[in-house]
Amino acid sequence: MSMPSVTEKPYQEALRAYEARLAAIGAAEMVINMGPQHPSTHGVLRLQLVTDGELVKEVIPHLGYLHRCFEKHAESMNYGKTIPFTDRMDYLASMNNSHAFVMGVERMLGIEGRIPKRVEYIRVLVCELNRIASHLIAIGTYGIDIGAFTPFMWCFRDREHIMNLLEWASGSRMLYNYIWVGGLFYDLPVGFEERCTEFIRYFKPKLVELDELLTTNQIFISRTANIGILPADVAINYGCSGPMLRASGIKWDLRRVDGYSVYPELEFGVPVGKGAMGSLGDCWDRFKVRVDEIGESVSIIEQCLERLTKELRRTPDFDPRALVPKKINLKAQDYYVRAENPKGELGFYFVTQEKTDVPKRIKARGPSFNNLSVLPELGRGVLIADLIAILGSIDIVLGEVDR
Amino acid sequence: MDITARVKALLIGRFGEQVIKAEERVGLQPALVVAADHLSQLCLFLRDHEETYFDFLSSISAVDDGMESGTFTIVYHLASIPHQQQLTLKVIIPNDRRLDNLPVVPTVSGVWRTADWHEREAFDLMGIYFDGHPDLRRILLPDDWEGYPLRKDYEEAEAYHGISIK
Repeated sequence: MSMPSVTEKPYQEALRAYEARLAAIGAAEMVINMGPQHPSTHGVLRLQLVTDGELVKEVIPHLGYLHRCFEKHAESMNYGKTIPFTDRMDYLASMNNSHAFVMGVERMLGIEGRIPKRVEYIRVLVCELNRIASHLIAIGTYGIDIGAFTPFMWCFRDREHIMNLLEWASGSRMLYNYIWVGGLFYDLPVGFEERCTEFIRYFKPKLVELDELLTTNQIFISRTANIGILPADVAINYGCSGPMLRASGIKWDLRRVDGYSVYPELEFGVPVGKGAMGSLGDCWDRFKVRVDEIGESVSIIEQCLERLTKELRRTPDFDPRALVPKKINLKAQDYYVRAENPKGELGFYFVTQEKTDVPKRIKARGPSFNNLSVLPELGRGVLIADLIAILGSIDIVLGEVDR
Repeated sequence: MDITARVKALLIGRFGEQVIKAEERVGLQPALVVAADHLSQLCLFLRDHEETYFDFLSSISAVDDGMESGTFTIVYHLASIPHQQQLTLKVIIPNDRRLDNLPVVPTVSGVWRTADWHEREAFDLMGIYFDGHPDLRRILLPDDWEGYPLRKDYEEAEAYHGISIK
């Protein structure tokens, strides 16, 4: 051990221990860098693998390549201006992000119960469309991770229809800023409900086709069943949520548990993993839960469309901005809001201050961040090729891991 | 009796009066302010007790209470999956903001493994030292970053490795 140099700073013992750990690897071991530009890391994630031949002995994730200081930015602007920043966290499910954020502010304002039903139904409609889009990416890129190219093309083809629909409503393809505190940016464009119905009619057989292509595909099963088994207790202990947790057999969906927005009025099931092809909580289960969730989202969208075209249909005097506050005045308090995102539990912790509409602190709890933290546990002692399958099944978005 | 009051009674019964510093009821969610010394035993108790089963740690947030107050608050948001309950715990640490004297909180990463990364994030961005943490490195910022950006008195450096960042 060398003496600490004059530039040695306090609180760096863990960094030194990490460096010593890598310097002391055995003669048969090798440290391999996977990323940050590796395509199967779904973004800029860097994994350091300590390997022995094809065997992964240890996974050390390095984050932060996409850190955009969301929490610091949020302390310098008012709540409304923060919504576009939340869109950029999980950029594959922007609607869901802003929905969670907006719900938190509305509850603190106490206007949650006064939001018109039509607004709530439109929110759920666009969120579920976005959930389908997000799961389609998860499934498509997962196929490509383990060597199947066709599902990727099919998923992106169908996702493109959703992108077009949401662009029509909000003016933007991926980062919408559509859901506002107290209402919406605009009502749905005239004809949206009809075109959405048309899309659902088109998409339902495509979903069956996609399911048949991968779910019972023997090559796919060989690559995913019994790989990366995540027991339920480990999943809970690591804070995994969303499809990760449900695939391990826990029926935990915040749309049902908290019953926020109009979800209690809608009928949908909560798919859980059953270990049908291998063991409970393996990669195949995580994939299958996502496929089933798309089916449930389709059913939610149909119910929303039904109501939006009948009892809640558009009227000329309907103003989705009627309740949007000019200035958000909150008393000093703190509040943690959570919502079910496609990837899991998205939480925002607000600390507000008196006489200003700028928060003192906003902490974002991203589901991908927590889901990814289980990777060193799952990746210990697997083959390198299986590590790719495990990472793909976690379905992370680095925009949210790094924030 | 709501869950916060029940947990308060349980904790006082197990650890004594001095473990609860205060009970906050100002906002929408009540919170318990607890003493820092027995934090990990306390969390383990809440996780494993059959009336609470707070087995899911949603998040750990570090809050800078502002220059005049001289404290940092660490907020733990717990959830119980079997009981479908939520609980907020707070630990308030006085500190003089010197960079070689970080506020110290015992780690709970032995209770919930997810706390590992949450505590690394709080260390990285707010400069909270978690005593007993197995691997307290920076997580989002580079290892050689100066200062803790979410602190209210943080001032950006002029340059990082010769690159102007102002």
